[in-house]
Amino acid sequence: MKNSNNAPRSNFLSNISKTTRSNFITYGIIIVVYVIMQILVNAGAVSNLIRGQLIPICVFATMAVSLNLCVGILGELSLGHAGFMSVGAFTGAVAIACMESAIPSPILRLILGMLIGAVFAAIAGVIIGIPVLKLNGDYLAIVTLAFGEIIRSIFTNVYVGLDSAGLHFSILNRIKAAEDGKMIINGAIGLTGIKPIATFFMAALLLLVTLIIVFNLINSKTGRAVMALRDNQIAAQSIGISIPKFKLMAFVISAAIAGAAGTMFAENYSTMLATKFDFNTSILILVFVVLGGLGNIRGSIIAAAVLTLLPELLRSVKDYRMLAYAIILIVVMIFKNSPSIQAKMALMRSKKTARKKTKKASIGKEA
Amino acid sequence: MSEVKMVPYPSRSIVPERDVNERPVLEAMHLGVNFGGLHAVEEFNITVGKTEIAGLIGPNGAGKTTVFNLLTKVYQPTTGTILLDGKDTSNMNSVAVNKAGIARTFQNIRLFNNLTVEDNVKLGLHNSIKYTTLEGILRMPRYWKGEKESHERAMDLLKIFDMQDMAKLKASSLPYGAQRRLEIVRALATNPKLLLLDEPAAGMNPSETAELMNTIRQIRDDFGIAIMLIEHDMNLVMGVCEGIAVLNYGRIIAKGTPSEIQNNQEVIEAYLGKQKEA
Ligand SMILES: Nc1ncnc2c1ncn2[C@@H]1O[C@H](COP(=O)(O)OP(=O)(O)OP(=O)(O)O)[C@@H](O)[C@H]1O
Ligand SMILES: [Mg+2]
Repeated sequence: MKNSNNAPRSNFLSNISKTTRSNFITYGIIIVVYVIMQILVNAGAVSNLIRGQLIPICVFATMAVSLNLCVGILGELSLGHAGFMSVGAFTGAVAIACMESAIPSPILRLILGMLIGAVFAAIAGVIIGIPVLKLNGDYLAIVTLAFGEIIRSIFTNVYVGLDSAGLHFSILNRIKAAEDGKMIINGAIGLTGIKPIATFFMAALLLLVTLIIVFNLINSKTGRAVMALRDNQIAAQSIGISIPKFKLMAFVISAAIAGAAGTMFAENYSTMLATKFDFNTSILILVFVVLGGLGNIRGSIIAAAVLTLLPELLRSVKDYRMLAYAIILIVVMIFKNSPSIQAKMALMRSKKTARKKTKKASIGKEA
Repeated sequence: MSEVKMVPYPSRSIVPERDVNERPVLEAMHLGVNFGGLHAVEEFNITVGKTEIAGLIGPNGAGKTTVFNLLTKVYQPTTGTILLDGKDTSNMNSVAVNKAGIARTFQNIRLFNNLTVEDNVKLGLHNSIKYTTLEGILRMPRYWKGEKESHERAMDLLKIFDMQDMAKLKASSLPYGAQRRLEIVRALATNPKLLLLDEPAAGMNPSETAELMNTIRQIRDDFGIAIMLIEHDMNLVMGVCEGIAVLNYGRIIAKGTPSEIQNNQEVIEAYLGKQKEA
């Protein structure tokens, strides 16, 4: 009884430090891996193949984390996450092209471009989210699936040119920029004439900022409300938590992050096709999330990194590449779902917390 | 236990004598709903005093849970009016009704199963925590202050049922009785004027039930709120409730003090009689 006054305070600190510790470990992993890779790249110890994958890995890890916010934390299935990436890629890249003369610093241009990409993706998220998230059931999956396809066909038919007279814009009608200008989006040819300004540093930073946003969101009252909706909507309403508000908030944040990642992705290449952001890409990101574990943010990053690298590493076995990829996916899924393996994992975990448990048991006996 | 004196209240009901000069927390008039022709609840009239513990009993399928669902707008009533602390709730949805002052528990437990016990309670505190989403993401001082306060408040609330030690456990890992108690704590966290408990003692053993009875009284005294409960455990109902309404086939067949209800012939036939046969 003596220290009962102090108990809540120390519990509060231990509680905060526990989740914060886990989050900081994830931040630490990202930073350490980034530094190691950067050193290896500088030392010339990394093959071209892997070096080319560094930015895509960061981008897809960001995509997976943001989709996990929608699927794992909010509990709403989205099948068109690549659509938001696409919106961010095209709007961000156009913005960056327009800023080229005005803002000489490529880093600043990239940041502004990503912000613009995020805003447009968020607007798309709001437009889809407001009507659909009011409904219960799998409507979001169906509508996001359609959204991804619509966005893809829109961007294969958009023409945007930039010349001394300004920005020219057209849908369906092929246009040409004046002699002194250039086409930024050229219909089916996609984004053209990008001067890639994405860097590994900026991509890793994007992932880190995404993680901070998502972790801080989850560990706030807003994140709790979002998870409450996932677990029990009627109960959530009964304690005064509005369903549409928090569903929309999580969905739009998820879309905005995907938009920023899309801009980064586009700025890594000199051309970019709209078909790059198709249904297959959406499903690929969903595979990262499911394989890494629903609601498990660190798992999403690891799955995205491994599964983005894997096809490249498997290039040496050429014809068997996709076969090997499929087999590895299946093996991982078997491991993840096998009860005996899970039991062993649980045993390992319980050994870790054994001391805590005996402590608790003795408290229980006293009571 | 001394019987509480129930006195007539102007609008067709009775409330405890101490509440009669206060505005009743709940006045439901001509409340009714039908589900595709089935009149699940009809002509439901009740007045609950400001600090009354009221009981709602009746055989299975009588419409008790439906009444709670009408009061909390899980279903929109087809007829009638609900005045909460004098305010008409016709245009309110579940969320607004909770903000206006009704909190509830569920017959089939509805916890946030993947969250901890503490987070379940903090969710009850959601609307009283004052920081914005952006302040949360940026971890501004108001975030730390809000989280600290809600943690302390959650722990205080868990103390009602001596559940502080369970704060870090996942809600779904709790035993059945503790889950029911957690639902009560979560509902209380929303700072209600009226607490609706749907079969709070279901699945509890007699000693747990006896303890619950004391806690219900204590909650009423400490929080100064009204409590309406649905329960099949007659010891609990008769022991803790001041006024009781009996529902059968969606209609109130009797209202009164526990002793009046126990001696009401129609009630005995409709409800207690059936219990004895079984
Ligand atoms: N959503 C609904 N749609 C159709 N019928 C319903 C619905 N909800 C309840 N009912 C019906 O209304 C009647 C009253 O149900 P209710 O759950 O309120 O009973 P109850 O008094 O709480 O019973 P119990 O003691 O078993 O909990 C039942 O006949 C039930 O089948
Ligand atoms: Mg019921």
